[in-house]
Amino acid sequence: MSSAIKDNSIVNEKIIEDATCTFCGCCCDDITLTVDLDKKVITKAKDACVLGKAWFLNHVIEDKPIARIDGKEVTLDEAIEEAAQNLIDAKFPIVYGLSDTICEAQRQVVPIVDDIGGTIDTTTSVCHGPSGMAFQGVGEPSMTLGEVKNRADFVMYWGGNPAEAHPRHFSRYAVTPKGMFIPNGKDDRTVVIVDVRQTKTAGVADIFVQVKPGKDFELLWILRGAVKGIEVPENVEEITGVSRELVIDLVNKMKNCKYGVIFFGMGLTMTRGRHFNSGALMALATDLNEFTHFVAKPARGHGNVTGADNVVSWQTGYPFGVNFSRGYPRFNPGEFTTVDTLTRGEADAAMIIASDPVANFPKPAIDHLKSDKCKLISIDTKQTPTSEAAHVSIQTSTYGINTGGTVYRMDDVPISLRPAFDSPFPGDLEVLTKLRKRVNKLAKEKNRPYATSKYI
Amino acid sequence: MNNEIRIINGIVFDPTNNVDGKVCEICIKDGKIVDKVSSAAQTIDAKGMAVMPGGVDIHCHIAGPKVNLARKLMPEDHRLDPHFKTKHTSSGSGGIVPSTFATGYRYATLGYTTAMEAAVPPLMARHALEEMYDTPIIDNGFYVLLGNNLFLQSLIAEGRKEEFKEAVAWWLNASKAYTVKLVNPGGDEPWKGHKNLNVKDIDDTSKIVDLSPRKVIDAFIDAVHELGLPHPPHIHCNNLGHSGNFDTTIETMKTAGDRRLHIAHIQFNSYAGEMGKSPKSASKEITEYVNGHKNITCDVGQVMFGKATFMTADAPLTYLLRGYKPQKWVNADTECESGCGILPFDYQGMIYTHALQWAIGLEIFLLSEDPWRIVLSTDHPNGGSFMNYPLVIKLLMDYEFRKEAMKHVNQKAMNSTILGELKREYTLNEICIITRAGPAKCLGLKDKGHLGIGADADITIYDILDDKEEMFNAPRYVMKAGQLLISNHEFISDYTDKKVLRVAPEFDKSIEKVIKPFFDDFYSIAFSNYAIDDEYLHDNIIIEANVKNNIYEN
Repeated sequence: MSSAIKDNSIVNEKIIEDATCTFCGCCCDDITLTVDLDKKVITKAKDACVLGKAWFLNHVIEDKPIARIDGKEVTLDEAIEEAAQNLIDAKFPIVYGLSDTICEAQRQVVPIVDDIGGTIDTTTSVCHGPSGMAFQGVGEPSMTLGEVKNRADFVMYWGGNPAEAHPRHFSRYAVTPKGMFIPNGKDDRTVVIVDVRQTKTAGVADIFVQVKPGKDFELLWILRGAVKGIEVPENVEEITGVSRELVIDLVNKMKNCKYGVIFFGMGLTMTRGRHFNSGALMALATDLNEFTHFVAKPARGHGNVTGADNVVSWQTGYPFGVNFSRGYPRFNPGEFTTVDTLTRGEADAAMIIASDPVANFPKPAIDHLKSDKCKLISIDTKQTPTSEAAHVSIQTSTYGINTGGTVYRMDDVPISLRPAFDSPFPGDLEVLTKLRKRVNKLAKEKNRPYATSKYI
Repeated sequence: MNNEIRIINGIVFDPTNNVDGKVCEICIKDGKIVDKVSSAAQTIDAKGMAVMPGGVDIHCHIAGPKVNLARKLMPEDHRLDPHFKTKHTSSGSGGIVPSTFATGYRYATLGYTTAMEAAVPPLMARHALEEMYDTPIIDNGFYVLLGNNLFLQSLIAEGRKEEFKEAVAWWLNASKAYTVKLVNPGGDEPWKGHKNLNVKDIDDTSKIVDLSPRKVIDAFIDAVHELGLPHPPHIHCNNLGHSGNFDTTIETMKTAGDRRLHIAHIQFNSYAGEMGKSPKSASKEITEYVNGHKNITCDVGQVMFGKATFMTADAPLTYLLRGYKPQKWVNADTECESGCGILPFDYQGMIYTHALQWAIGLEIFLLSEDPWRIVLSTDHPNGGSFMNYPLVIKLLMDYEFRKEAMKHVNQKAMNSTILGELKREYTLNEICIITRAGPAKCLGLKDKGHLGIGADADITIYDILDDKEEMFNAPRYVMKAGQLLISNHEFISDYTDKKVLRVAPEFDKSIEKVIKPFFDDFYSIAFSNYAIDDEYLHDNIIIEANVKNNIYEN
């Protein structure tokens, strides 16, 4: 901590080096933050991208109550008690969100859902859920981002716009940096962008491949065939919008590179074909290993959505969309994924953690969340449409700015956070730990019957 | 709360203290074994039962990034084996790679109270630790993958021996590991950087690798020896799984000279024959060397028929195996440090190679003269689930059963082995050694694996049954740290506390100045964010050590 004279006044200042930005899945951990401890704001975020600067510099401590029930201010303990009672009384409780909080907090949630026999789902189900399903089908050759920096001489982005969504992906990991075996940075790499339109990202490409909307699967399958030595169809351009020459050129480049990588985004996973698209891409990367070293990786969005996938997987065996109503975890996307559950009007209690479905879910799902049929509980760092509509609303401190903990970068690398300054709001970990203990006690008191094998 | 327990009338097996099936009393207070307790102590009548220390698994894969990838990969396997919630335990998923909660509970229901995760890349060590906290009851440590660490290899190549030792110590501290793990040393660079090739031999000096695996192995044995870690380097040898690899294994052991070395899942490294052709058993050659060298310890890596999953830092091997049966496959490269391959697998008795592997594992058990230096493992889940341990025990204790089992598998394989001629039957005392007392000694865990005064009160009580599989499948009582968790085969307590076991060798802080520039250039996370803070750890114990040449000095 240091004091600096600024504008003729003494500023109580703190510098934090190697802080991690949790805005997106890049989790850049080289940010230098300058913190004004009196005003409780971050005044500089050196090396952060435009999104990271907005994340750090716009963060203020809001003058809002910590906890509210039906809009009325209550104590944190009262809110936790009400939330626990709502969850334990519900017949079909769901818990959703989790991707913008630390793993330590996420780890408290599965035991809660286990005790209430509910459903747990994360924002993965509306972003790379299809990639998770494709992974279960075909596996995935993959890598950490440092391998891309050090080795990749062929870098492809498919259905994503990192220039605007992951601004430092190019400069820190995949395109421009010099690596161990890539001494000249971008000059040593072939960069290919596949997308339905010329985004800002396309400007970086050595080769831009414009695929017809909804034809990703077809193009991927033709590439797979060509890699295996099957003739590229004459009418490939008619089907996919990509010329035969370009397809053949791409296949040659992919087979002859030393270390190839494909990053893929929601342009692939959330369009026609979904998990078939992701699966085709992972299978293509797998096939290429007959010829060279080839890997693929989804470019994940939220700061710790990768952590949420990991935590839910290690505690339940499945990455998202997990139901406990039979006394053990079951996975069934479409049945236990939140949009589907809500659209069918099934949930009678919904706890939303670090997410805002009321702002971005389909209307029938939002209608159900806001209806009398569903007790809505919100735990979030900011006031959102979801927290405004909630029966119980708890405001927590922000991970990476006010609280420490662990996040997983998009390539599954765990990183410890370096918080900048304290917040009057409690952390997600504190709130969820209290809730877990209370729910566990209530579940024991109610002596809920436990399922036995005859219900399988 | 009364924290005293007295176990009476039990038939006690405590090989460390030379107690072989003697009826005596065991007293427990505050989580430790003591000489006496007050009259208020809870009494457990173990009449007709075997009282043993809690089991210690020296080599398994139960926590960390590769384990979790395998979990995500196999929903179909979890679906077949749900792990139900009970009044005292959480629910989870079973199968060949169970969820963390299920893993802890299932180890406990076999009477195991300690299990060591055998391979974690340091960059991912936080992940392994997080999963360990979520694995109830059993104490864990992990071995950190350093054998393909490019920076450490550069120090070896440049002959900077002292700095190398300091850097190894730094890495052990930074990751909070238990010892060094070497997996196919030298194999990652050809795999990642040279279009999926591999090193061919311990003395491979092809242009791809300027440093032979032998030099890497030698340097690590030296460094760990000098640092005096409680457990020596834990090595997955080069050429694992290949026919004719026993030469490589013996050369690896010879490299150690008279310094300590642990050979992991040695069965997978005991094949004769010609590379690329059908394997033959080299159990005789391997056990002969192990029997004659007290500095060598090993675990078997017994193959069991049924489901398995390859998960190993030996990525080229996994890809090679995928060639035999195209299956969903995962590869995971970790920058500057490690590779990893994952592949679901089935061992089938009618297949020559699988039946032979099964037989080789059993031969190694039966030909080994010193049970203290050979540990029961299936390299879970590579050779099969740890849930197979009771069946392995039955195969070892029951010659007739073994002979019967041999009739149901590939006869060509059986005829090419000497398994049928080996009439040895393990005794209960020997089983106690290879599942508890021995591994604890190999690991240098002075408070585990025995029932002497001052030991951790991790205790398992089995009904003595003729069917040894049945016996070891369901202990009647299990205690962990003096807490009675399982009574009459059922969980009776919410107690899930456990500890992380680790080492913390001293090192010269100035080594960080040597390491940091490499990080700045080639890693993708900041140097300052790499090492794990002590604050990150929950309950943990630092296991102290000093230099030893064999386990009998422990």
